Amino acid sequence: MPLIEVSGLHKSFGGHEVLKGISLQVMRGQVLALIGPSGGGKSTLLRCINLLTVPDLGRITVGDQAIDFDGRRTSLPNDRTLARFRASTGMVFQHFNLFSHMTALQNVMEGPVTVLGTAKTRASEEARALLDKVGLLERADVYPDKLSGGQKQRVAIARALAMRPSVMLFDEVTSALDPELVAEVLTVMRGLAKEGMTMILVTHEMGFARDVADEVIFMRDGVVAESGPPSRVIDQPRSEAARAFLGRFKTEAGRRAP
Amino acid sequence: MYHWDFGILWTYRALLATGLAYTLLFTAICVVLGLLIGLVTGVGRLSKNRLVSAVLRGYVELFRCTPVLVQLVWFYYALPVLTGLQISATLAATLCLSLYGGAFYSEIVRGGIISTDRGEIEAAQALGMRRYQVLRRIVLPQALKRMVPPLMSQSIMQLKNTSLLSVLAVPDLLYQGQVVAHETYRPLELYTFIAIAYFLVLWPVTLWAKRLEFGASVAEA
Repeated sequence: MPLIEVSGLHKSFGGHEVLKGISLQVMRGQVLALIGPSGGGKSTLLRCINLLTVPDLGRITVGDQAIDFDGRRTSLPNDRTLARFRASTGMVFQHFNLFSHMTALQNVMEGPVTVLGTAKTRASEEARALLDKVGLLERADVYPDKLSGGQKQRVAIARALAMRPSVMLFDEVTSALDPELVAEVLTVMRGLAKEGMTMILVTHEMGFARDVADEVIFMRDGVVAESGPPSRVIDQPRSEAARAFLGRFKTEAGRRAP
Repeated sequence: MYHWDFGILWTYRALLATGLAYTLLFTAICVVLGLLIGLVTGVGRLSKNRLVSAVLRGYVELFRCTPVLVQLVWFYYALPVLTGLQISATLAATLCLSLYGGAFYSEIVRGGIISTDRGEIEAAQALGMRRYQVLRRIVLPQALKRMVPPLMSQSIMQLKNTSLLSVLAVPDLLYQGQVVAHETYRPLELYTFIAIAYFLVLWPVTLWAKRLEFGASVAEA
């Protein structure tokens, strides 16, 4: 039985349909990479999985929690249901979104203490262990404005992990980073994948997707245009659109490292 | 040439001191009540419930767009007729100034809240925080820091507005000064003293507010 199941997901903003009936499954311990041109609906899909964006129509299942959207729903499911649903997924954002009035350690402790009611001493111990895991234990008492982009993103990953989520969602987490800081974040993510963490990532790092993902979905214009193992979707795309998109990456990569 | 005689101030010191005490007490009460009203109103105006936000908006605009002197007089003379409840000048004044201050405070609170980084709110939601937890843990701590300087200057206005209480015969500093002035025929000394007294109370507060403002801008950078 899949850990994550999305079926028939539709979402419109204004009159523009961004998701046109997306279905996908992710098994426990699998890594799914969503690739494709900007505006294709990847980030919206990811945000729908933890309901930061509320779908119009369809069904989302994470573990034993399922929420249906019937197209007539005018408001969100109630606050409590929503919060519990979100707590079971860990989200990492493109722009880090660390709490700027809290130190790195406090950022990581915040979820367990506020949401799970974990005692502060225990939460602090666990947070330190997580910061150690992302290589930032010595920066524990530093505020976000004193951290580099790569460090911020690693703290953000630790913060999401602190909730012991059943799946981690990564939304273009290296897109806002200086090129020399990308590797440190990808290393942490690679480590997580190796430990068997279930992950869904929206990424433009094709090399990383090819290495880490078990499955790749190429999204375009709100539909799944192609899906399969990375060796097929990334290396031998069938559709013209995917070939064009990936070809551009190859030439760019070629230009960057001749 | 007018012959100044500030000696009378000493003669009437007890009366004037009571006036100053009234002014400070009224300010304290109206600032505290106003802040509470402002916090509730500022948060409430962001409610998804249209009726709640519309009613609160009506309240804010009503109090912001009418002179506080008119409000005071209305609360004292018209409100009792309207409700059938006789209220004292002190109560009418407290009610009115608190609501007046609350209207302005609420705008500061609302501004502070909506200026919070959207991304941090989403990150808090993604952790599974309920709406009130996001407000209490993420939004308010940051917004309060930004709100302190404008809240201070609004409170300074509150203190100055208490001088209007004299029209309802509440024995504040201005009213007591007027009483003494009538009794001694020494209005120039009295009004000079009153002005200086207000200044001496408020000047240190504005200096303090400026320092806080500087602190806030440094913290922001």
